[in-house]
Amino acid sequence: MTGRNVTEQLTTLGVVDCSEGLASGRFSSVDLTQAFLQRIDRVDGRIHAFLRTTPAQALEAAAEADRARADGDRRPLLGIPLAIKDVLMTTGIETTAGSRILEGFVPPYSATAVERLNSAGAIILGKTNTDEFAMGSSTENSAYGPTLNPWNLDRVPGGSSGGSAAAVAANEAPAALGTDTGGSVRQPAAFCGIVGLKPSYGRVSRYGLIAYGSSLDQVGPITRSVADAALLLEVIAGADPRDSTTMPVDVPAFSSALTGDIAGLRIGIPQEYFVEGIQPEVEEAVRSAIEHFASLGAEIVPVRLPNTELALPVYYLVVTAEASANLARYDGIRFGLSADGETVFDHFRQTRGAGFGPEVKRRIMLGTYALSAGYYDAYYLKAQQVRTMIRQDFDRAFSQVDVLLSPTSPTTAFRIGEKVDDPLAMILTDIFTTSANLAGLCGISVPCGFDGSDLPIGLQLLGPPFGEETILAAAYAYEQSANWRLRSPKL
Amino acid sequence: MNLTKDEVAHVAELAKLQLSDTELEEFSGQLGQILAYAQQVQSVDTSAVPPTPQVLPLTNVLAADEASVSLSNDQAVDNAPDSDEGYFRVVAVFDDTGA
Repeated sequence: MTGRNVTEQLTTLGVVDCSEGLASGRFSSVDLTQAFLQRIDRVDGRIHAFLRTTPAQALEAAAEADRARADGDRRPLLGIPLAIKDVLMTTGIETTAGSRILEGFVPPYSATAVERLNSAGAIILGKTNTDEFAMGSSTENSAYGPTLNPWNLDRVPGGSSGGSAAAVAANEAPAALGTDTGGSVRQPAAFCGIVGLKPSYGRVSRYGLIAYGSSLDQVGPITRSVADAALLLEVIAGADPRDSTTMPVDVPAFSSALTGDIAGLRIGIPQEYFVEGIQPEVEEAVRSAIEHFASLGAEIVPVRLPNTELALPVYYLVVTAEASANLARYDGIRFGLSADGETVFDHFRQTRGAGFGPEVKRRIMLGTYALSAGYYDAYYLKAQQVRTMIRQDFDRAFSQVDVLLSPTSPTTAFRIGEKVDDPLAMILTDIFTTSANLAGLCGISVPCGFDGSDLPIGLQLLGPPFGEETILAAAYAYEQSANWRLRSPKL
Repeated sequence: MNLTKDEVAHVAELAKLQLSDTELEEFSGQLGQILAYAQQVQSVDTSAVPPTPQVLPLTNVLAADEASVSLSNDQAVDNAPDSDEGYFRVVAVFDDTGA
């Protein structure tokens, strides 16, 4: 296959489309990989979704995948190129977590999620930009410069998986892996008009994921369609002996749950999630999506989550406390940036002072404070107790309904620079997403419209722990009949 | 609520984080602002509520005590800023006066 148009056409394909095209022999993995690499060359100068690409390795792997297919290999992702958020370790490929402190770090092993993609035949196109150590909601906190939203280059792509979301939205990859600690898969998916799935805590191994908030972090797919998210989750999910916080439960065939039939599904609408401060167009789009779900036969049930307002403060205490402990490992001795302190403590102070950016320092400071003598009970322990109350809210809600529906984010993509100087305002953009992490729920964001500036709007479906089949089925039924995915950004 | 510069400096020392004067200044305002927001949790009655440190119904997950392949010594020190004969080299922790 040749010709720029044909090549560009290939880059509009999602994972399932790629898989069908490769299986039928319509194109080869080399064609496909080359098409995405060319697209990256053409548009990424404007988007900055990638921190680095691996064209030589990708093309070599593609040629190998084509040979394997000729020999009868039928692995589910054979020859499909994907992008990986730079907080996931990749053997032999520099991994920085968007931080100066890890500049030049080449991991000796891969994250389990990445390894499972590779074992299923997938090819890595490159590593995508992220807020430093995944700390942020706009990708502006990357030490390597921000990623821009493909729908409007003056806007943020969301974060922290903004590079992955922008790459998928800009047709630079058919799909990508992101990570979600407080909304970092779902919110950028919403801002970029695509699908983002946060699996239940314990569904996907965190081994090789550079730790931020260990009781909250999950790896999740960022895709063009719900079917693609289901397929990728099938590949990356499951217990892992190298992560004792993976749940020893079976991985369902998520793709089989996508029937399009949601008659009788009980959808809860948390009253506390429709409050002042939501952009009117977002509320309007989500309310009309609710009507759409009803027209598909779902039962709409108002529910209460009384402790909603406490979720963000609890999240910020828990996540920063965990971060301050996790980031203690960056001491300039075993890997990463290293200063020349005269004493060992000087060495630590200077390495960390020079290597971490402002947001990371702020969160380490906040977490250290919340854990320090005299404040532990008042902040950290208290936050963990209120976390229990937030979980109980969801337990009650899920005894009445199958899924919960809300906006993914209170606004569409905001302007680059708009919130960088106001950490609290930035935090508030996570208002609908952090609860799912605190309670270990699964959640998915799917496109549900556009605002007056042609920026995408996303709706969020939340399910109980290990309820991915239900939220995927609901998201799929909506996606297939609402058809927002037919629009794509002009680049 | 603002943290004093001394309080910020104390926390920075606990975190082994060198901060510039400007950062100390900035953080005393910003951390105070975020803490004031986080303080909402303190007004909640949690007297009978157990804490949730993590959400899974798992405790004491054990692995079989079996040897398996791990990183080689070369791989383990490969990213080290300074290493010597397979060891990480660090600044001396104790001074040489024996004190």
